[in-house]
Amino acid sequence: MHRSDSPHPDSPPCASRREALRLCGGALAGLASGLCTPAFANDDPAGARPQAGDRLVLADGEGQRAPLRLADIEAGAKPLMALPLDAASGTVRDGSRLNKLLLLRLDPASLEPSAARNAADGVVAFSAVCTHQGCNITEFSTEKGLLLCFCHFSQFRPAAGGERVAGPAPRRLPMLPLKLEGDVLVVADGFTSRPGATL
Amino acid sequence: MSSRTKLIAAMLAFAPLASLAALPSYAPVTDARLASPESQNWLSYRGNYSGWGYSPLKQITSDNVGKLTLAWSYATGMKEGHQSPPIVNNGYMYISTPNNQVIAFEAATGKELWRYQKSIPEELMQLHPTNRGVALYGDRLYLATTDANLVALDARTGAELWVKPVADWRKGYYMTLAPLAAKGKIMVGSSGGEYGIRGFIAAFDAETGAEAWRTYTIPAPGEPGGETWPGDTYKHGGGSVWITGNYDPSTGIAYWGVGNAGPWMPDTRAGDNLYANSTLALDVDTGKLKGYHQYHFNDAWDWDEVSAPLLIDVDHGGRKVKSLVHAGRNGYLWMLERSDGPIGFVDAWPYVTQNVFKSIDKKTGRPTYDPSHTPGTHKTVTFCPSLWGGKDWPPEAYNPQTGLLYIPANNNLCSELTGEPTKYSAGELYIGVALDNILTNVRMGEPARKHVGEVQAWDLKTGKKVWTHTYPEMNWGPLLTTGGNLVFGGGTNDRKFRAFDASTGQVLWEYPASSGVTGVPSSFEVDGEQYIAVQAGWGVDAQRMQGAFDAVLPHKTVVPQGGTVMVFKLAR
Repeated sequence: MHRSDSPHPDSPPCASRREALRLCGGALAGLASGLCTPAFANDDPAGARPQAGDRLVLADGEGQRAPLRLADIEAGAKPLMALPLDAASGTVRDGSRLNKLLLLRLDPASLEPSAARNAADGVVAFSAVCTHQGCNITEFSTEKGLLLCFCHFSQFRPAAGGERVAGPAPRRLPMLPLKLEGDVLVVADGFTSRPGATL
Repeated sequence: MSSRTKLIAAMLAFAPLASLAALPSYAPVTDARLASPESQNWLSYRGNYSGWGYSPLKQITSDNVGKLTLAWSYATGMKEGHQSPPIVNNGYMYISTPNNQVIAFEAATGKELWRYQKSIPEELMQLHPTNRGVALYGDRLYLATTDANLVALDARTGAELWVKPVADWRKGYYMTLAPLAAKGKIMVGSSGGEYGIRGFIAAFDAETGAEAWRTYTIPAPGEPGGETWPGDTYKHGGGSVWITGNYDPSTGIAYWGVGNAGPWMPDTRAGDNLYANSTLALDVDTGKLKGYHQYHFNDAWDWDEVSAPLLIDVDHGGRKVKSLVHAGRNGYLWMLERSDGPIGFVDAWPYVTQNVFKSIDKKTGRPTYDPSHTPGTHKTVTFCPSLWGGKDWPPEAYNPQTGLLYIPANNNLCSELTGEPTKYSAGELYIGVALDNILTNVRMGEPARKHVGEVQAWDLKTGKKVWTHTYPEMNWGPLLTTGGNLVFGGGTNDRKFRAFDASTGQVLWEYPASSGVTGVPSSFEVDGEQYIAVQAGWGVDAQRMQGAFDAVLPHKTVVPQGGTVMVFKLAR
């Protein structure tokens, strides 16, 4: 079997050396190299995956963006598109679309344990990239409480930790665990699973 | 390198050659062969440059097709839409699958010769995870990929020769079509109309991969047709090209179909919006636009007219017409006339229920619209046919023996859409209709609840329909017709692949596949034995339509996914 592994100008970088090693392991390194540029290029904080201590900012903001606070997330509203902010360097991690996040504020009493343990006073964060073919998740049904992917109509339940409830996606949406420092939303840990398509 | 490693490397290096032992040496694919393909081969997407989907082979006939049996099958290991034809050159078979995979076989036995898969960028989103086939030219094979690259492989070994970026996938450009090969060039077009791309057709040198020309389907200000786009709307005007063009070697002109204008709501881009929803005539040497016909202006219905017209010389209206025939997504069957440049209008008539066009100009073919069935921003209307049209991408077929054109149609189906304001952002969806609306767009009256899918046969001389076969639900089945008075096609959610009597429409044979069959069928011959080949593998738009049906029908239908190559022959 021939496989094109050479880095291509259009190929995105891998998330980070540490994450790639964690996700791939030695035996699967070859497979991972087929999915991204095998240069572990992202020591650049903008392209690195969110890490503990990161803050969150609105994805469509410009210039200096203020870290989001609990009061910025309206309960029961449609999800906000957000990005992680490297607190140390002040860099918004917008170098990879796999860092896009959906923020929702749900009734804490409605959260199942898989969501509650990663929530901050009802605020939950999910990867905004569908686990089927990698499309952006932009739609939310407030009636059904479901996130919806426009490409192939996979549906996910945020209150159940991003569980897939319909459509072709083979796995749940990765969560990004959150905590509060004062009233500021802070990333508590990395994604619960690899964001992006399942190929 | 250890001795064991050396041994494995040597085995791998010689594996392709060893497996070729039973095959003749590979015959390069030339312009002459593509222009007059041998009956035993299927050298290109539709079997010939005219786009007929016709094999002259006649060992398998309407009399004996009932004895058709599976010769071999092969699981591709991929899910989603398997749509490419098995392409065959003197016993070598090539198929492509979703995720940019190509597999080469010994056509008569199913023995795998080699397999190639281009790596997929981690961040790529695949709205249409499919591939509609490869092109053979010289001793090479060409693949257009969903990350918008053109790949050249050695057809004998599968070795990657070069990879050329065609467009920026981060901005929503992607490719799913089989390339068109002619006059030393490999031609492709780009999908991405739903992401606000600016569509194009581009040609690359078959040897080096150097870009020879690029012609945008959406003209800029100052270019002919540029005045049909207000302001900067042309920059994100869609006009994607995702089905292979057909080609007239006598004039050196290729005919390409162009998709819908974007975003979907027509008031966002007031004007005709050339050359969206058109057929373009392009000079293969230069890419120069030699002629066009726009089937409908200022599209509002997502009616891509992306299927290339079939080149058919026909007696019509008391004269010989070098025609271009196209079963439009807009529900009309169009007969145009080709020349060494301009495209003329001959005739058009509805082949499915259509409530949008009020009239068709007899000289130009330009329609007038019923505004009550024309969507707009903050406006809700129903219209027929549905947004998937009377016929989406699955190709028609033409049989010169019967003189009939065969159409895989969806009839009686309508849509309801409400336009919403939308804003362009690179790589993001740019439609202007809410997703919930698209999910629930289907409107089914009593006729649709009786049947939707059809296979239709039309006599082009008279403009009359000769026979119709109906299915309870949808038809997404590309068609093949043969010299044995047969039509083959799948496309239904019961996973059946069928053979029809080409003259009468009678179903003569059917086979329950492992998944729904939306692949383009082909036929070939090896050692005097005729085969019928097709891929099963439900997905992409057929699955989307199934989801929309599930939303309005009292029952839900599960069509399993997973690709399988199936090759049939007569039982001995």
